Amino acid sequence: MNEISASLQLAASLIAAADAKLYGIVALSLRVSLSATVIACVVGMPIGAWLAVGRFAGRRVLIVLFNGMMGLPPVAVGLLIYLLLSRAGPLGTFGLLFTPTAMIIAQSVLVAPIVAALTRQVIADAWLEYREQLRSLGASRPRAAATLLWDGRFSLSTAALAGFGRAIAEVGTVMIVGGNIDGVTRVMTTTIALETSKGDLPLALALGVILISLVLAINAVAYLLRGWAARRWG
Amino acid sequence: MSSYLQLSGLDLVEGENAIVRDVTLELAARRTLILGPNGAGKSTLLRLIHGLLRPTGGTVRWPQPLRQAMVFQRPVMLRTTVFKNVIYGLKLAGVKDGERERRAAAALERVGLAHLGARPARVLSGGEQQRVALARAWALEPQVLFLDEPTASLDPASNREVERIIGEFAAAGTRILMTTHNLGQARRLADEIIYIDDGRVLEQAPAAAFFQQPRNARAAAFIREELL
Amino acid sequence: MNRIRRLLLALACACAVPLGAHAADEFITVASTTSTEQSGLFGHLLPAFEQQTGIKVHVVALGTGQALDLARRGDADVVFVHDPAAEAKFLNEGWGVKRFEVMYNDFVLIGPKADPAKIVGGQDIVTALQKIESAKAPFVSRGDRSGTNAAELRLWKIAGIDLDKAKGPWYRDTGSGMGPALNTAASMDAYILADRGTWLAFKNRQNLEILVQGDKRLFNQYGVMLVNPAKHPSVKKELGQKFVDWVVSPAGQQAIAAYKVGGEQLFFPNAKP
Repeated sequence: MNEISASLQLAASLIAAADAKLYGIVALSLRVSLSATVIACVVGMPIGAWLAVGRFAGRRVLIVLFNGMMGLPPVAVGLLIYLLLSRAGPLGTFGLLFTPTAMIIAQSVLVAPIVAALTRQVIADAWLEYREQLRSLGASRPRAAATLLWDGRFSLSTAALAGFGRAIAEVGTVMIVGGNIDGVTRVMTTTIALETSKGDLPLALALGVILISLVLAINAVAYLLRGWAARRWG
Repeated sequence: MSSYLQLSGLDLVEGENAIVRDVTLELAARRTLILGPNGAGKSTLLRLIHGLLRPTGGTVRWPQPLRQAMVFQRPVMLRTTVFKNVIYGLKLAGVKDGERERRAAAALERVGLAHLGARPARVLSGGEQQRVALARAWALEPQVLFLDEPTASLDPASNREVERIIGEFAAAGTRILMTTHNLGQARRLADEIIYIDDGRVLEQAPAAAFFQQPRNARAAAFIREELL
Repeated sequence: MNRIRRLLLALACACAVPLGAHAADEFITVASTTSTEQSGLFGHLLPAFEQQTGIKVHVVALGTGQALDLARRGDADVVFVHDPAAEAKFLNEGWGVKRFEVMYNDFVLIGPKADPAKIVGGQDIVTALQKIESAKAPFVSRGDRSGTNAAELRLWKIAGIDLDKAKGPWYRDTGSGMGPALNTAASMDAYILADRGTWLAFKNRQNLEILVQGDKRLFNQYGVMLVNPAKHPSVKKELGQKFVDWVVSPAGQQAIAAYKVGGEQLFFPNAKP
C-alpha cells in the first residue's frame, strides 16, 4: 500500500514539475497512437461499413476474420512489421525501423481490425433501419455505406476510442519496431517497461498513473462531446 | 383511362409462407388505396411494386418509366438539418447544385416547414419528421408516390396535415399508391380501393362503389368490423 | 466531396509529421545490451560523444545474442556487447569489421540474505554454484542468450554440473532481461548471476545482496564492432567508425571511468592503445 500511495504522490509531482523529458514522452505517445488511430479509422471504417452493407462472396468469412483479428497479439504484429521493415526485409530500403513512423505503422495494423469490426456492428444496426429509405432514394451500396458512416459518426467515435485505447496502452509492437530509443522512440508504455526492468517500481507505477489519467481524460472529453452531439442531432 | 402499371401473377414466397399470391392488377386511378387487415401483405405488395423486394414469381410492368418516391410508416431522418435531409434525396437523384437548393426550399414551403430548415431533423416530433419525409419526396417531383401507412403512428393534427399534403401531391398530378388500415382515411383520400387479404387481391373497385357495397364477403366483413 | 478532401488532408499531415521529423539529424544506431543501457552508462556517455562530434546515437538495448542478430539483419551500425565467444563467431562469419575491447566490469552472484545454500563469504563461484545445486535452492536464470546468460551457462559447465540433467523446479529459466530477472529473483528470494553495473543501478532489491564476488572467472569484458558495410550497404560506415574510435580513445575511456553510481565506479576502461 505504501508503494502505491508513494507512486501517486510521485505521479503528481512529476506532472507538477512539468518535466520536459516526461512531456516529450507523453507527446510522442500521443502523436504515435493518434496517428495510428487516424490511419486505422481511414482504412478500417470503410472496410467495416462495406462488411455491413455489401453483398459479396466470402463476406461472412471476412466478418469472422476481422472479429478474430481484434485480438491480434501485439508482439506477433510487432515481429511481423519488424521483419518487413528490417534492412534485410522487403521494405528495408526505406530505413523506417526504430522510427516513430514504424511504430505508427505497427499500431495501425494492430488497431485497424478493431475499428473495422466495431464499425461493422454499428453500421449493420443502422443499415437495418435505413436500408429501405436509402434504396428507395436510389443510393448504391457504396453510397449507402458512405452515408451510414457519416450518419453514425457519433456512435463510431466509440470505435475510434477503442482503437486509440488499445494503441496507447500496448507495449509489444512499439518495443519491437521502435526499439525504445531514448528521446526518439521511447513512449509511455516502453518507459514503464524500462523502469520496471530497472526495479524502479514507484516511478513505473507513477508513469502508469499518468497514462491511465490521460486515457480517462480523453474518454471523458469524447463522452461529453458525444452526449452533446446526441442532444443536438438526435 | 389507360393503366400506368400492370402486375401479373405476382408472387412472394418466403420458405413455406406465401406473403403475396398471384396478384394481377392494372392501376390507372389518380389515388389508389390498398386496404386490408394487419398481415394481409399490403406493405409487401407496395415494396414489390417499388422494387425494394424482388418477387419470386410474376412481373411488374411499367408501360412508361415513371419517377417514383416512397414515404414509410416510420420516417428515416439523417443526422443533419431538415434542409440537408431534403437535399440528400436530390443529390442521389442527380439534380444539379443550385437547382437542389431551390427545389428543397420550395418543398419545405409546401409541407409548412420552411421555418425549421436549419433544425436537426431527428429532434423534431414524429409528425414533423413525416412531413420532412414528404418534402423529401415532393422535391423529387415523383410521378408515382408510394406511401406505407404514413399516419399510423401520428397524432390527429399531424394526420390531417399529412393527408392535406397527400392531396396536394394528387392535385399536382402525382399518382398515389398508399396502404392503410384506417377506413376513414381511405374514404377521404381514395379514388379507387384495392382490398387485399392473406396475400390475395379480393376486390378492386372505385372508392364510392366499394364503400357502398363491397362485392367480396370478407371485404364487407372488414368494413363492418372496422366500423364497429 | 469536401469531407473526403478534408479527411485525406488530415491523413497526409498525420503521416508527414513522423516522416519528416528525423531526416535532418545525423545519427547512428547502436545495438547494445540491457546492462549498459539500464546501468545508466549510455545516458552519461552519449551526450559527451554528441557534444564532441554532433552525431546522435540511437541505442537499442537487447541481450547480447539478440543485439548481434539485429546487426546480422543490418538493423544496426555498431554493436556494443559483452560475450567474447559470440562476438568472435559474429566476426568470423564476416558480420563485423574489427572487434575492439572497450571496458570490463564483473559479474556478481546475488542471493537472499537468509542464504539457504550457505555460500556467503566465499570467493569461489564454482563452489557456490555447486552448493546451490546440491541444496536445490531457487536460482533465476536469464535464459535469453544474453552475455550474462552465456557467462552463467559457462560457469555451470566449469562447475561440472550438467544443467540438462540437474534442472528442476529450483532452476527458473525466465527468458527475460537483467532487470526483470532481478525483479523475479527479489520476489522469490532466489540466487541470480548479474552484471555489477545493472545491480548497482537496480532499485527493487528487497532481501537481495551480493554473496560472491571477486573470482577471476566472473570477469565481464565488453567489446565494440562496426557492422560490416560489405554485408549491409546501409551501414553508416564513417559515422559508426567515429563512434568506435571515440569509445576506445582517451576521451571515451575517461568518460567511461568517470561514470559512478553512489560513488562507485561501474565500468573499467581497458581499450588497448
